[in-house]
Amino acid sequence: MSKALHIDGTILSSRLFLGTAGYPSPDILRRAIEASRPGLITVSLRRESAAGKGQKFWDILKGFNIPILPNTAGCHSADEAVTTAEMAREIFETNWIKLEVIGDDYTLQPDPFGLLNATDRLVSKGFTILPYMTDDIVLAKKLVDAGCDVLMPWGAPIGSGRGLNNPFALQTMRKRFPDKILVVDAGIGAPSHAAAAMEMGFDAVLLNTAVAKAGDPVAMAGAFAKAIESGREAYLSGIIAPQETANASTPLVDKPFWHQNG
Amino acid sequence: MILIINGQKKTFVTPLDLRGCLEQEGYGDMLVAVARNGTFVAKNNYGATKLDDGDEIEIVAPMQGG
Repeated sequence: MSKALHIDGTILSSRLFLGTAGYPSPDILRRAIEASRPGLITVSLRRESAAGKGQKFWDILKGFNIPILPNTAGCHSADEAVTTAEMAREIFETNWIKLEVIGDDYTLQPDPFGLLNATDRLVSKGFTILPYMTDDIVLAKKLVDAGCDVLMPWGAPIGSGRGLNNPFALQTMRKRFPDKILVVDAGIGAPSHAAAAMEMGFDAVLLNTAVAKAGDPVAMAGAFAKAIESGREAYLSGIIAPQETANASTPLVDKPFWHQNG
Repeated sequence: MILIINGQKKTFVTPLDLRGCLEQEGYGDMLVAVARNGTFVAKNNYGATKLDDGDEIEIVAPMQGG
């Protein structure tokens, strides 16, 4: 029932995008991926030691044959983000980049100005930008004008687990950009948060901490996969509009003792 | 000359290009990407990139991320 999601002509097998950070062990990360079969896996870059720690991590992910989405996490300027994206492209052999330019250390709120600057520069270098952004409609429009076909507004601050802080803004974004791929990225805590985003018509949900820090990350990964699929099917099925009054679901005509008043 | 490799000062004999630097530091066969003084250097340009005293070299590899 759920029509497949495409990015740049690549079919994604799931609308769950899963981060790989903060798991109790590499084996639990591997099992969480197996349990949820995400459509995308996010990764990052960090300084490498001659011991080759990063090489072992990459060996785990390579075997899954799931598209990789590198990020520019931790970048505080457009210059840093552009250089990081170029390094990621060489290592992961993909033009896709989850573009993060952080503007505030307390909330990890994206810097809209740095994000737009970096987007302009990276689009000209042939990148496909998946921007981690606030839910600001004007920023969204400028990013689309710069060449973004995917927009990834935050649900809440990264790692907060608060869910969808501003459903009205997210619903407005869905209405204003009906033809763009919209992904709620960050702040998700429970599968119900992810389902709510999908019921709004979002195309996918990107999350990490809610799985990695769960009591049982493997089981939680599976729970999120089900919730996201369920939310998508509900959206496509046509959710009823809320009413102000009760409306009996059981027909009353010919019920025992029925009589018409008036 | 002094180079700053991932934030650490190290001494090298000149002349030196980026390829030689990476080999000396043990990154020769590893999956890494490199920036010199904040600018990305593609792998096929390592040999042509001559290093100067005080250059800051960032060497990165795949890591967990969200």
